[in-house]
Amino acid sequence: MRFFAVVLACVFWFSGPAQAEVKEVYDFDTRAEEQRYQQLIAELRCPKCQNQNIADSNAPISKDMRDQVYRMMKNDASNDEIVNALVLRFGEFVQYKPPVDRRTILLWAFPAIAVIGGFLVVAGVVWRSRKRSQDEPELSEHDKTRAERMLSGQDDQTDR
Amino acid sequence: MKRLFMFLPLVVAVAIGIFLFTGLGKDPTELESALIGKSVPEFSLQALVDPDQTLGTSVFKGQVSLLNVWAEWCPSCWDEHEYLMHLANDKGVRIVGLNYKDTREKAFSFLNRLGNPYETIIFDPQGSLGFDLGVYGAPETYVIDAEGVVRFRHVGVVNQRVWEEELLPIINQAKGNS
Repeated sequence: MRFFAVVLACVFWFSGPAQAEVKEVYDFDTRAEEQRYQQLIAELRCPKCQNQNIADSNAPISKDMRDQVYRMMKNDASNDEIVNALVLRFGEFVQYKPPVDRRTILLWAFPAIAVIGGFLVVAGVVWRSRKRSQDEPELSEHDKTRAERMLSGQDDQTDR
Repeated sequence: MKRLFMFLPLVVAVAIGIFLFTGLGKDPTELESALIGKSVPEFSLQALVDPDQTLGTSVFKGQVSLLNVWAEWCPSCWDEHEYLMHLANDKGVRIVGLNYKDTREKAFSFLNRLGNPYETIIFDPQGSLGFDLGVYGAPETYVIDAEGVVRFRHVGVVNQRVWEEELLPIINQAKGNS
């Protein structure tokens, strides 16, 4: 356990400089603009290093893409225009959030479908077990008296 | 009916298995170009060999060509170069080069050592045409038809297998249409 803590500490210690490496300096007029930039580059995916967004990646292509985002922001482009410009060049792959359209509707709807489906299955199981317990016949008079005798410990019959 | 329900998990497992199995052989790092079926983006760049010559999309007009994106700093470009030489010299394939984010000096030393399979070479030190094409890793090789429309992109080394299985069929198709 202590070993694990040491390893964890090392991981955090060394990950600091690695992340700081990829930040270049861009000037923004307002804080809001900078946040918009950060949000955009966090949502765009690097085509070269596929499991990173262009904010984290230090591949040359990611730097080019960040430059392009910055340039377009300076030219008053909207978020959609910027994302479209990159999608036109690199394909839909670069969007971490795929657009909702006919091809992707199943993808977007799947969580809801899974939840509703699971709910229906559970509801079905509960409903069926309730129905079964209602349908079971009541004990006959003879069985009832036998059961009472058994419970009070007076049963001496061995036939079953 | 109940019996059939017992097989439902099996059916689901088989379906998921088939779905996942089809994905096994695919190379996830190879993305289809967003430009397939579209014209090569407009550009105006110097020729590598002659700085006074300006090249544009007209270099692709009239003939089916390969556009090969290369650079001296790219190790795989060294690997594939011999095969490109073979394609240009023995098979008569028209190859247009795009020298990507390189310097003239390094590009020339590369060509002097390995030979020049390119009919023309576009010099793109800033990577601007590369960016418009969606180049994300050299080497990349595009099939461009006689109208200057991108038909196919291969990311990675061109070798005999890639040529025979991927590039040649598309080149033949592009030639047949025009």
